[in-house]
Amino acid sequence: MAKVLLVDDEKDFREILAERMMGRGLDADTAESGFKALEMIESKSYDAIILDLAMPEMDGMETLKRLLAKQPHLQVIVLTGQATVQKGVEAVKLGAADFLEKPAEIESLMAKIEEAQARKLALFEQDLDKKISDITRKKGW
Amino acid sequence: MEELHTHDSIHIEGDPSQALPRYRRLRRISVIATSLVALIPLFILVMINYYQDQESYHAETRYTIARILSNNKRTLEFVVAERRAALSLIITQHPYRVLGETDRLKTVLKDLNSSFGGFVDLGLIDSLGNQTVYVGPYDLRGKNYKDQAWFNEVMVRGEYVSDVFMGHRNLPHFVIAFRHESIDGDFFILRATIDMEMINRIFYALDLDPGTDAFLINQQGILQTNSMTYGSVLGKINFEAPRGLRQREVIGEYEEQGKWLTTGYTYIENTPFILMVIKQREKPFMHWFYRRTGLLWFLVVSSALIIAVVIYGAGHTIKRLRELDKRRARIFHNIEYTNKMATIGRMAAGVAHEINNPLAIINEKAGLLNDMANRIPDLPQKDKFMGLADSITKSVERCSRVTHRLLGFARRMDSRKETIDLKELLEEVVGFQKTELVHRDINVSFNIPPDLKPIECDRGQLQQVFLNIINNAFTAVDVGGRIDIAVEESGDDMVKVTFTDNGTGIPEKDLKNIFEPFYSTKGEFGTGLGLSITRDIIQKLEGRIDVQSKVGTGTSFTVSLPRRAKY
Repeated sequence: MAKVLLVDDEKDFREILAERMMGRGLDADTAESGFKALEMIESKSYDAIILDLAMPEMDGMETLKRLLAKQPHLQVIVLTGQATVQKGVEAVKLGAADFLEKPAEIESLMAKIEEAQARKLALFEQDLDKKISDITRKKGW
Repeated sequence: MEELHTHDSIHIEGDPSQALPRYRRLRRISVIATSLVALIPLFILVMINYYQDQESYHAETRYTIARILSNNKRTLEFVVAERRAALSLIITQHPYRVLGETDRLKTVLKDLNSSFGGFVDLGLIDSLGNQTVYVGPYDLRGKNYKDQAWFNEVMVRGEYVSDVFMGHRNLPHFVIAFRHESIDGDFFILRATIDMEMINRIFYALDLDPGTDAFLINQQGILQTNSMTYGSVLGKINFEAPRGLRQREVIGEYEEQGKWLTTGYTYIENTPFILMVIKQREKPFMHWFYRRTGLLWFLVVSSALIIAVVIYGAGHTIKRLRELDKRRARIFHNIEYTNKMATIGRMAAGVAHEINNPLAIINEKAGLLNDMANRIPDLPQKDKFMGLADSITKSVERCSRVTHRLLGFARRMDSRKETIDLKELLEEVVGFQKTELVHRDINVSFNIPPDLKPIECDRGQLQQVFLNIINNAFTAVDVGGRIDIAVEESGDDMVKVTFTDNGTGIPEKDLKNIFEPFYSTKGEFGTGLGLSITRDIIQKLEGRIDVQSKVGTGTSFTVSLPRRAKY
């Protein structure tokens, strides 16, 4: 069961999308702000973060930067109503895994979450391999 | 909405022909003012020259007359004085009885003529007025002068110089008479007639300019010598004889019968004669005109040149001004238009973004309704319910397409120029698609010169253009396909970006249509109008897009961009 965190200041959108994702068998949490999201990733390992760009206080780009600063392997899918190529390119440059426009079809979102989960797994395995090889080299086996 | 972004339909506000009178007036004022500024000093100089010329001509004339007067006066006075002195010497050196001898007096007359000349006769007159002795061409011996005016005058004043009269052989003469008192208390008068030829010779010797007349008159205005203008000797002059200070040479000017005359006169000492010099002058203007023809030509030619240059110059300047005004009006209009469009663009973008959020909520809610209905197996009217939810989702999609178009339009309205590194931009755009690339195992290669200079363009629109083309290539290639992106500099001011894929290719009959709106709807980001929008944006960025394709081999899009767009 993929663990997803949905970050959006719009309560209606956040809760309903979470409910739909849960209906599709995902473990979906929600956060109403970037600060809340930064807090939540401390206690739970998410397969994907779905992040809105236009938010009060701390906007999506800033949140993205801070999230990735904490966990570089985090798969962040930007989901925004401000869908311009420039924003998309900017987000991807900052390290976003994917970019989707609002309103989005739930199926394409699900597909992207699936891809993200696979990528995360691959990264995890890569990491693990590296760690093992590091350990073996150090111990001189 | 798609037509709004073009700048082709710009009109200058206000009819330029309405401004024409303003330029004509400006031109007229400019011509007049410049001409005046240039010509007035020229005319002032000419006027100064005229007055200086008048002044000098005037002074010259006066000087000439004054010189003739003073020289002639001296000569005349000398001639008369010389003869007076001779007679005076004779009368004082010879007693009456000696002079009273006719032979002796004859000798005296002969000696006088040989020493001085001009003596016609000599006579001795006693105190009773009888001419006792006479030598000369007439037989005037015994003639009594007692009643004549000159006799009385010589009796009173001791000497006398007469006016000119016609004497022997009808030639003009004058008389000099002296009274001499002898030791016995008696007195006699020595009277000599002198030929005016002596005097006339002096006048001839003056060798006067034409237009200058010198002559003698007496105080009654009777000519004592011939005058060129006023007639022969003993004629009457037609103006009043001058009366003034006896010693002074007086010079005056007046106009007489259309002639400009400068006159001077002076009294000849110890005679009744007045020496007059009259110089006829040219009219002041005519004199200057004849003397300064060169200057006048210079004035006329330079005035004509100045006016010609001023008229041409003003015409040229006003023409340039009109062009500049027009251009400025156009630029202002363009700026205004661009600002207006940018404002509309920003408003449109704002509206689109604001609508996208509630649309997303509606979308999710309709989706949830659908999800829920799906999960309940025996929901009454389940199909209708789900159909309704679907139709909401479809309407949301329609709205979303509208907001996308609005956003695309807004981006094109609000264009900004910045310095762009094409390599970085292309890599970013490809990076944006990296999940798709990885997912479909598409290989993208770059062939970009390392020393590529940056270009000036609109970043967002360029990203949109490249993304559209790359998306287009994605849909064309199979899994494991290849896309080559090459950049080359074409001349100093153009850059060419070529996207080559090894996809399916486009049939030749479709090639000419691919830039038409709604021709292809697959795989674009954002606008939903694909290559049509792409071409529009490129054209707005002052570039062009070309396509080459072969079915089964692949397609190649080339975007040519100016290094420095002027929009």
